[in-house]
Amino acid sequence: MAINREANVPVKKRSRMRKYLPLTLMVLPGLLYLLLNNYLPMFGLIIAFKEVNFTKGIFASDWVGFKNFEYLFTTSDAYIITRNTILYNVSWIIIGTVLAILLAILLNEVRQKFLARFYQSIILLPQLISIVIVAYLGYAMLSLDTGFINKTILPALGMDDIMFYFESKYWPYILTFVSLWKGLGFNVVVYFAAIIGIDEEYYEAARLDGASKWQQIRGITLPLIAPMIIMLTLLSVGKIFYSDFGLFYQVPMNSGAIYDTTNVIDTYVYRGLLGLGDVGMSAAAGFYQSIVGFILVLTANFIVRKISKDNALF
Amino acid sequence: MAQENRSWQWFANIIYIILTVACLAPFVLLLASSLTDETEILKNGYSFFPKVFSTAAYEYLFSGGGSGIFRAYGITIFVTVFGTAAGLFITALLAYPMSRSDYPASKPLAFVVFFTLLFNGGLVPTYLVYTQLFDVKNTVWGLIVPGLLMNGFNVMLMQTFFRTSIPMAIIESASIDGAGEFRIFRSIILRLSTPVLATVGLFQTLVYWNDWMNGTIYINDTKLYGIQNMLNRILSDAQYLASGSFASHASALANTAPLETVKMAIAVIGVVPIMVTYPFFQKYFVKGIALGAVKG
Repeated sequence: MAINREANVPVKKRSRMRKYLPLTLMVLPGLLYLLLNNYLPMFGLIIAFKEVNFTKGIFASDWVGFKNFEYLFTTSDAYIITRNTILYNVSWIIIGTVLAILLAILLNEVRQKFLARFYQSIILLPQLISIVIVAYLGYAMLSLDTGFINKTILPALGMDDIMFYFESKYWPYILTFVSLWKGLGFNVVVYFAAIIGIDEEYYEAARLDGASKWQQIRGITLPLIAPMIIMLTLLSVGKIFYSDFGLFYQVPMNSGAIYDTTNVIDTYVYRGLLGLGDVGMSAAAGFYQSIVGFILVLTANFIVRKISKDNALF
Repeated sequence: MAQENRSWQWFANIIYIILTVACLAPFVLLLASSLTDETEILKNGYSFFPKVFSTAAYEYLFSGGGSGIFRAYGITIFVTVFGTAAGLFITALLAYPMSRSDYPASKPLAFVVFFTLLFNGGLVPTYLVYTQLFDVKNTVWGLIVPGLLMNGFNVMLMQTFFRTSIPMAIIESASIDGAGEFRIFRSIILRLSTPVLATVGLFQTLVYWNDWMNGTIYINDTKLYGIQNMLNRILSDAQYLASGSFASHASALANTAPLETVKMAIAVIGVVPIMVTYPFFQKYFVKGIALGAVKG
């Protein structure tokens, strides 16, 4: 049992500080890292309002007000990257959640413990692989000269070659497929963990009453994992302004011909900074992402709190 | 009813067999292609069942053509080991005082950690901080420090574990027996926390092993490339593999290299460590996901 040794003893401030000095020393390295790695760049958001001049230094550069934002929002880029980021995220949240729940329910039907564990391990495997390797796998499938689809599948169907890396219309499907292939296993395991936590007695009672499997799913499983579904969905809604950078950059192999369906805010900021050297516009896009993203997280959390206080993030 | 159960089980197994095949097939394609004769690939493309078997790609890599790859491997191993060890250490050091309800700063610290999950400065300010202020460009620190060393999520995961799994009474009694805070941390907390240390350590290892972003952003010098950056460069720039900068020996050797199969062989070498070690850490990985999802 926890004993609060200080409860009845008035302790002098100095000895209290001495008592906690070791704990404070422990905290320092991690705290210092967070300050330098996470907090210092937050102040750097002002770069979006400056004309960065490296010879003057970042903080001494001239203020330009909203000029960087004006440039960003007068181009069609702002519309395209916002549209892509949101549309991909929304459709993946819906498809990913529905499929993950269905597959988790099915996994629960696999009675042999060994098989269930085996399936879990395999569907998590793509999750572990770096996105660079995923790009290789994609290339082995999609390449024009040597890809499996162009050399084996399409000829068998009597169809012409497809230049995947130059035709943007295919990419919404390819990216959706790759994203599901890589990430679905993770969500299945999460929902599976929730489902095996449900008390078996509910199902026994339902079976005695003659409920079919389908009725059990609708009447027991789904309602009991609903709070978790709602919470995870809202949390991903909070991150709707962010996307998996590697997926959008590596898998299409940064091909310029297909930017209109592969460019998202993250890739735009990256290319602006390192490709074009346009620090101002890149910083403006990053600022837009950070602020809108923050508002979305707060809103999502506010809604979660309203529904179920325990599931809220804060 | 038993009939119904059995058909559900069949259905579930069939779906999962299909999924298993879908998850593994691309890796098989990669492996099979790397073991195919180059001319066969150029004629018929990558294939699951190569008609002409050849180990030329691997022979090329191990006979000196791949010296760049092994250097990159070394860098990735160093970065992964050092980064994981250092990151795990400072994560545990920060998480432990946060888990102590009697430590006055635990609440403010929890907020400081948590806020990093909600809001960040984004790529451009981070890049400028690390290149202008700390000058990590083209140093090994550029691979280890920015973004990857520690994150708020892992700190919170560990903090929750310390708080819920280690009874305050143990700490109290050790303290009465005269153990200092550091001693308590080292010989009690760390010893009782193997599951969470393994989980977070594993997450860190995967993040470092798979990272290509820091290398792309902070490293121009190909000598400092890790395995992911090398793979990345080879895929995006076919010339790179054929150029002398890759094969440190003779560029004549590179010109005769079976480029398509070598490409696939290098990718195979890139995933082998994960494939080989996965069965051993799979248990912790699944547990970590469930823990993070329920408590996160």
